[in-house]
Amino acid sequence: MEEIKFTIDGQEVTAKPGQSVLEATLAAGIYIPNLCYDPKLEPYGGCRLCVVEIEGMRGLPTACTTKVTPGMKVRSETPEVHQVRKITMELLVADHPLECLTCSLNQRCDLQKAAAFLGVDQSRLRRSERALANDESNPFFVRDFKKCILCARCVRVCSEVRGLGAIDMAKRGYEAFISPFAGLPIADSICESCGECVDHCPTGALYVRGEAILPGKEVKTICPYCGVGCQMVLGIRQNRIVKVLGDLTYPVNSGSLCVKGRFGLDFASSEDRLKTPLIKKNGQLVEATWDEALDLVASRFKEIKKKHGGQAIAGLCSAKATNEENYLFQKFIRAGAGSPHIDHCARL
Amino acid sequence: MRFEQLQARAKKAWQEVVSPQIPLIRMGMATCGRAAGGQELLQAFQEELAKNKIQAQFSEVGCLGLCYAEPMAEIILPGRPGVLFAKLTPAKMKKIGEDYLVHGKIVGDSALAVMGPARNGTPAFTDLPMVKGQQRTALRNCGIIDPTNLDHYLAHDGYVGLKRALSLSPDEVIAEVKTSGLRGRGGAGFPTGQKWEFCRKATGTPKYLICNADEGDPGAFMDRSVLESDPHSVLEGMALAAYAIGAEHGYIYCRAEYPLALERLDLAIRQATEHNLLGDNILGSGFNLHLKIKMGAGAFVCGEETALMASIEGRRGMPRTRPPFPANQGLFGKPTTINNVETLANLPPILAKGGAWYAGFGTEKSKGTKTFALAGKVDRTGLIEVPMGITLKEIVFDIGGGSPIGKKIKAVQTGGPSGGCIPAELFDLPVDYERLAAVGSIMGSGGMVVLDENTCMVDVARYFLEFTKNESCGKCAPCRLGTRQMHEILTDICAGRGRPGDIELLEEIGAAVRKGSLCALGGTAPNPVLTTIQHYRHEYEQHIQDQRCFAGVCKALITYSINAETCNGCRVCATNCPQQAISGEKKKPHVIDTALCIKCGICYEMCKFDAVVRQ
Ligand SMILES: Cc1cc2nc3c(=O)[nH]c(=O)nc-3n(C[C@H](O)[C@H](O)[C@H](O)COP(=O)(O)O)c2cc1C
Ligand code: SF4
Ligand code: SF4
Ligand code: SF4
Ligand code: SF4
Ligand code: SF4
Ligand code: FES
Ligand code: FES
Repeated sequence: MEEIKFTIDGQEVTAKPGQSVLEATLAAGIYIPNLCYDPKLEPYGGCRLCVVEIEGMRGLPTACTTKVTPGMKVRSETPEVHQVRKITMELLVADHPLECLTCSLNQRCDLQKAAAFLGVDQSRLRRSERALANDESNPFFVRDFKKCILCARCVRVCSEVRGLGAIDMAKRGYEAFISPFAGLPIADSICESCGECVDHCPTGALYVRGEAILPGKEVKTICPYCGVGCQMVLGIRQNRIVKVLGDLTYPVNSGSLCVKGRFGLDFASSEDRLKTPLIKKNGQLVEATWDEALDLVASRFKEIKKKHGGQAIAGLCSAKATNEENYLFQKFIRAGAGSPHIDHCARL
Repeated sequence: MRFEQLQARAKKAWQEVVSPQIPLIRMGMATCGRAAGGQELLQAFQEELAKNKIQAQFSEVGCLGLCYAEPMAEIILPGRPGVLFAKLTPAKMKKIGEDYLVHGKIVGDSALAVMGPARNGTPAFTDLPMVKGQQRTALRNCGIIDPTNLDHYLAHDGYVGLKRALSLSPDEVIAEVKTSGLRGRGGAGFPTGQKWEFCRKATGTPKYLICNADEGDPGAFMDRSVLESDPHSVLEGMALAAYAIGAEHGYIYCRAEYPLALERLDLAIRQATEHNLLGDNILGSGFNLHLKIKMGAGAFVCGEETALMASIEGRRGMPRTRPPFPANQGLFGKPTTINNVETLANLPPILAKGGAWYAGFGTEKSKGTKTFALAGKVDRTGLIEVPMGITLKEIVFDIGGGSPIGKKIKAVQTGGPSGGCIPAELFDLPVDYERLAAVGSIMGSGGMVVLDENTCMVDVARYFLEFTKNESCGKCAPCRLGTRQMHEILTDICAGRGRPGDIELLEEIGAAVRKGSLCALGGTAPNPVLTTIQHYRHEYEQHIQDQRCFAGVCKALITYSINAETCNGCRVCATNCPQQAISGEKKKPHVIDTALCIKCGICYEMCKFDAVVRQ
C-alpha cells in the first residue's frame, strides 16, 4: 500500500491510506489531545479537542474526522487552535468533580492527560455539577454521571462492536446523559454486562467495582471459559487477579471480552475452589490424586457398560473445552463407551 | 383529465369565489386565526345568520400575515370585491352581519381593506401600510386561497411551473434556478441551483429529496404559514427539485407540533396524486415522485440537515461532521438534496415566470424576496415578505409602524437564537445575507424581533442563550458546556452577581464556542452575546460595575421609589401594591418600603403623575 506524505507543524509525516489526521499523527508519536477518538470505533467528532488548522479548509476541522490527503498541511499548535482547545478543556474541567486522588482511573485517565497537556486555568469559570446519582444497579460496574464527558465511546462500542445498543444518549443540552432505553437502571436493560463500555471509557465515569488497585505485574493468558479463546491481560498483585483487560493485539478478540471472562475470574483465588479430585468414601468426600480418581471412573464405566450396555452411559460436554477437546470427548462416548448419548451445554 | 382541462375546471371554481351568487364569508383559519378565536367566531356567526335566515356560504382561507389584526374575515357580496374585516369580536361580527351582509353598508372604520380598489374611505388591501412595501412570492397565495382546495391553487398558476419544467431537461431547470439567484431560505443561504447541481452530478441511486419543515427557531412561523395556507406550492416546489436532481422519493420532515400543517400536507399529497401531479408518470412525462411525511418531535437541532437525516433514519437526531455533504452521502448514505419550505415555495413562480423575473428583485448577491416574522415592540406584528435590500428602517417603521406606545426603538434582533442585535443607528442597512453578516447578525430563517428602550440587552442575550443551552444536542463539549457557562455568567450579571472580567470571559468563551463547535447551532449560539457586547458594552458594564439596569428589566438591579415633589397622594399605587409596601396619607407624598417591595412594577405602571421612579 502506498504511503501518503503530509506535514504537521512543518514536520513531514507519513500516513497509511484511509488514516485520519489524528491517527497518522498519533502513530508518528505526536500527541494531539483527544477524548472521543477510539481506534476501534467510527470517528465521532464530539469532544472537539483535536481541532487543527488545515490549509485550504474552512474553520477548524477535527483531526479525527479528517482523512489525510497527499501534501496536506496541518497545523496543530497555532495560538487559535490552542485557545479553542484550552477553553473547551476548561469548560470540561469546570463541570468535572476534582476527585482524581480517589478516582479509580487516576493516572490512566485520558481527561487528566489532555488537561495536563493543555495546562488549564480553571478558577475563572463557574463550576457546575450534574445532579444525577450513580447507577449502581450492575453487580460489576458503576456509572458515575458526574464524571461523564459524553464522548459516547461507551454508546458506540456497545452498538458498533458488541452489536447490542443497550445504551444511548438521552435528553439534550446540559441535561444530556447516557442511559439505557426509557431511563431504566442498566441492570433492567438489555445490557449483557460485557464491560466493553467500561473498558473504553476514557474517564472514571464507568468503573469496575473495587478495582482501584494498581497491578504489580501483567500476565497474558487465554480466557478459561470457552473455546473462542480470547486473549486477556491479567493484572496480578500478590498472586491475585486485580484487573482483567482484553488483549488489543490479539486477532481472535482484538481486546473484547464477555461478562464471564472480564468479571468472572474471581474464582481463581476463591477459598471454595477445588484443587484436587475428591472421592466419596463411607459417605465422606476425601481428597485423592488424579490417578486414583481417573482409575475409579474408568473402572465404574467398564462395570456399567458390562452390566447395562453402553447405552446406559451419557456424556455432556462443555463450552469451556476447545473444539478439539469436544471432538475427542464425543469420540470417547460414541466409540469408547459405545453410546449415542452425547450432548453439549451450548445447545441447551 | 388533461392539465388544460384541470385548469379550466379550476378557473370556474375560482370564479365562484370572486363573484359568488350568495354572500361568501372567508375566515382566516390558519393556526394564527384559530388561536385568535376564529373557529368560535365563525360558529357563532353561522348560528346568528341561520337564526335570522340570512343566506351565506362559508369557506376557510389561510394566513394573510397581519397577525396584529386577527381574527379576520373577508366578506364577498355578489357583484362586489371582497371586504376585509379585522380584529373581530362576536359583537363586532354580529354588527357587521347586519350592516354589511344585509344592508351592504360599511359603517365607520369597521372594515380594514377592500380586496380591490379603495372604496368609500376603505383603503385597498395593497395600499395598507403593512402590505404596501411587500412583495409576496412564497406567500403569494397565503390567505387568498382555500388551502384545502386544489382548484384554487391551480387557478393561481398552480403547477404551471411544473408543467413547463417537465418540458425542459433537468439541467435546464437547474439553469433557470441559477438564473433566479435563489438562495436557501433555511438559514445558511446556499445557492439552490448549485446545491441541486452537486446532487444531480453525484453518483449513487436512489437519490432523495427532503423538505425541511422542522422550523425550530422560536418566533419564526413562515414555514408553518405556507404549509397551512398553501401546501400545494411546497409540493410543486418539491416536484421541481426532485425532477432537477433525479429523485423519485421525497420526505417532508415536519414537527408534530404543527398538526394543521400535517393535515393539510397529507390532504394535498392525496389530491395531487389523484390528479397525476404526483405519483407515477406525472402529467404523462414519465417522471415519478412519491412523497412521505415524517414527523419530528420538535428538537431545534433536528432542523440541522445531518441531524434531520439521522432522525428520519430512526437514530438520535445529532449532527455529524461534513464532508461528506448530503449531496454525496445523505439520507441512507445516498445523494440527497435538502431544501427549506420557503425555498421550495419560491420555485413554482420562478419556473412559471422565469428566473430573470425573480432576479429582478433584491440586491446583487441576494436575489428575490424574503419573509420575516415581525414581532416584539412594534405596532403591526405579522408575517411579511419583502424584496431583499429593503432597509431595516422601512421594515420597522413603514411596515411595522414603529413603537405602538411611542417608545424609542433601540434595536432589532434578526435570525433568532443564532442571530444578533442590530442597533437602531444602523437601520439604514439594506437587508441581505452579506450585510446582516457584516454587522455580526444573520438572516437565519427570518425572525425579526423589535426591541425598544425598555429592553435590557444583557437580558436579551440571556434569553437566547437559555434557548440554545437547552437545545444543544449535547454531542460536542464547547456547545453543550459553553452555552451553559455563558448562560450562567449572563444570569449572574442580570442578578447583580457579575464579576470584573466577565465581559472579556464571555468574549473569550463565545469565540471558542463559535470556532470549536461541530454544527451551526453551537457555531452561531454566541452571536446574541457577542453582538450585544459589541454594540452595548456599556450596558454590561453598568450591570457589573454600577449594579444598575437602566432599561429597568433586571429586578436585582433596580429600586422603586416615589418622588415626593410629583406625588400628590392619590393612593393609586398604595391600593394596587400586592405587598402593601407603600404607605402615606391621602393627598400627601407616599413612600415605598424597599424591604417589602418585590419590584413588580405595578405602581410604576399605574401612577398617572410619573411620581414612581425606577432606578
Ligand atoms: C441548529 C440548526 C437548525 C436548523 N433548523 C432549520 C429548520 O428548522 N428549517 C430549515 O429549513 N433549515 C434549518 N436549518 C438549516 C438546514 O441545516 C439546511 O441548511 C437547510 O434546510 C437547507 O435548505 P435551504 O438550502 O433550502 O435553505 C438549521 C440549521 C441548524 C444548524
Ligand atoms: S475521571 Fe479522570 S479527571 Fe476525573 S476524577 Fe477521575 S482521574 Fe480525575
Ligand atoms: S456492558 Fe456491554 S452490553 Fe452492557 S452497555 Fe456496556 S457494552 Fe453494552
Ligand atoms: S461514560 Fe465514559 S465512555 Fe460513556 S460517554 Fe461518559 S465518559 Fe464517555
Ligand atoms: S454544536 Fe451543539 S448542537 Fe451542534 S453538534 Fe455540537 S452539541 Fe450538537
Ligand atoms: S414595585 Fe410592586 S411591590 Fe414594589 S412598591 Fe411598587 S407595586 Fe409595590
Ligand atoms: S477526538 Fe476528535 S473530536 Fe474528539
Ligand atoms: S396572521 Fe397568520 S401568522 Fe399572523
